[in-house]
Amino acid sequence: MMNQSHRLDEVWAALGTVTDPEIDESVTVLEFVSSMAVDANNAVSIEFRLPTYWCAPNFAFLMASDMRDAVAELDWVNGVAVKLLDHFSAELINRGVALKQEFRDAFPGETDDDLQLIRQKFLGKAFERRQELLMRYLLGVGQKPEWMAQASMKELMGLSLDSEGMRLRTLYIFAWRRLHPSWGEEDLVFVMLNGVPLDPTQLSSYLRKVAGVRRNAEFNGLICRSLLAERKAETRVARRDDKHALNERRTSL
Amino acid sequence: MFTTKSGEQIFVIDGHVALWDASPANQRNRHGEEFINCFYNYHKISPKEYYWPREKFEKYDEADLMKDLFEDGYVDMAIFQPAYLGEFYKDGFGNLKRNWALTQKHPDRLIANGWWDPRNGEMGLVQLEKEAEMYKLKGVKLYTADWNGNSKGYKLSDPWAQRYLDKCVELGIKNIHVHKGPTILPLNRDAFDVADVDDAASSFPDLNFIVEHVGLPRLDDFCWIATQEPNVYAGLAVASALIHTRRRYFLEIITELLYWLGADRILFGSDYAIWQPKWIIEQFMDLELPEDLVAEANHTLTMEIKKKIMAENCARLYDIDIAKQCVRLGLPAVAEPAGKDLSVGVG
Repeated sequence: MMNQSHRLDEVWAALGTVTDPEIDESVTVLEFVSSMAVDANNAVSIEFRLPTYWCAPNFAFLMASDMRDAVAELDWVNGVAVKLLDHFSAELINRGVALKQEFRDAFPGETDDDLQLIRQKFLGKAFERRQELLMRYLLGVGQKPEWMAQASMKELMGLSLDSEGMRLRTLYIFAWRRLHPSWGEEDLVFVMLNGVPLDPTQLSSYLRKVAGVRRNAEFNGLICRSLLAERKAETRVARRDDKHALNERRTSL
Repeated sequence: MFTTKSGEQIFVIDGHVALWDASPANQRNRHGEEFINCFYNYHKISPKEYYWPREKFEKYDEADLMKDLFEDGYVDMAIFQPAYLGEFYKDGFGNLKRNWALTQKHPDRLIANGWWDPRNGEMGLVQLEKEAEMYKLKGVKLYTADWNGNSKGYKLSDPWAQRYLDKCVELGIKNIHVHKGPTILPLNRDAFDVADVDDAASSFPDLNFIVEHVGLPRLDDFCWIATQEPNVYAGLAVASALIHTRRRYFLEIITELLYWLGADRILFGSDYAIWQPKWIIEQFMDLELPEDLVAEANHTLTMEIKKKIMAENCARLYDIDIAKQCVRLGLPAVAEPAGKDLSVGVG
């Protein structure tokens, strides 16, 4: 029988697969998750905070729904409650996520579409960003543009790489598979977002273009981290005398 | 004035400053409190010795501004870019009357820009006419993420925005500073879209569109638009403050701007009072592009280029004659501005 700390580890690992779509990093690495608990009936509750009260509600909604779904996939879990704290739309988001609403139903009249499009768009950005980092790494260790333009998934997997190279490859392949679920081992592994093969003679201007995607994500990441650090410092002061909060924090990470 | 290591005097125009009141007495609701909270957290990327106490950050006075900009901060002239935020603050966050009162005391130092909101319809157009005359407006700051009733933002491509831009042409308000940063609506789109600037800039070739914060975090989209539209400019406010904690990143931004826009369309701004111009200017004047970025930028960051960014580009948009201004302010004469930058990557 699994003990409490095992369960929390599993919840934590599941949350680690959920990314902030704009920054393309996991909500656990970004330290958004402020507490999690599992009760006697195996119901999981998770609380999270974003760097500011003003973070875009569509991204907040995406992350909250993804957290709910990722944790619900664990076979022992009996219900998941996700709660966003200190956000101007927290009430609407929390209700929508609890009721498993589509975004457009959670924010009636404010949007005419669900979040599938934006999810897809940011998956594309993650793909380009991860691809650029991996390709620059491979160029650095001596792979030729001609090889990259023709390499299949199988050939990329066959390369022997150091730990940094393996990390970049894993991240990239994850995005590649999600973007092209029907593609197989023999398909080209380095293609443009629209599936078009790369021209090895144009590789440096292509990399310059996709570097822009990474730079934008980095800006979000660095603003996000500095705001989050300040927000945490404030919370520590504000909650110092709050016994309830201290008890709650004991179960948090 | 900033004096370089070699003793040269550099004229400085800060294109983005504010005199705000975010004190609890002026806050309309929690949104007002959280808005200044967010700014205060941005403030903390300053060097530690420049931190302000929270209370001062919520509301500072005219004397603080004059000292921080013109005595300590090397700034010779500055432009107010007001954000009204009427849904969050009772008397506005930025307030034209307060800005104008200080501008009148220091007319050779300060320029007071206005603002408009297309959702105010006909009444807003009449108001704009009045304010253009009252405050001698040469520019406006548009905060497209501002809330207004149920609306949480607008776009420059909205039909009413087009009417306001027409009115700007008519009134000779030729500098349109557009805040591009996190907007909240429409919720189902990429909230940082800068595409509406593209529409507006091609429909209104006689207006200058200064995209504040260089469209971050959509720098690539912004650069793309700016290469297509010669009347689009890069406002460095916010980006410039990254120079302290993220110098390499700031250098990459400058590299992209020099490559795509060239040296003639980049304008300095500190975004005072979020950040003090003093440390930003000191660090900027000390900056060099490393070799790998020189190749990417197709430029070196020469003193000539720094002078363009610090004042000459902005002076051109606001019809400021720097030589005459030096005489008026009792400052030493500065060197003649350099010629046009001809080495722009494309276009």
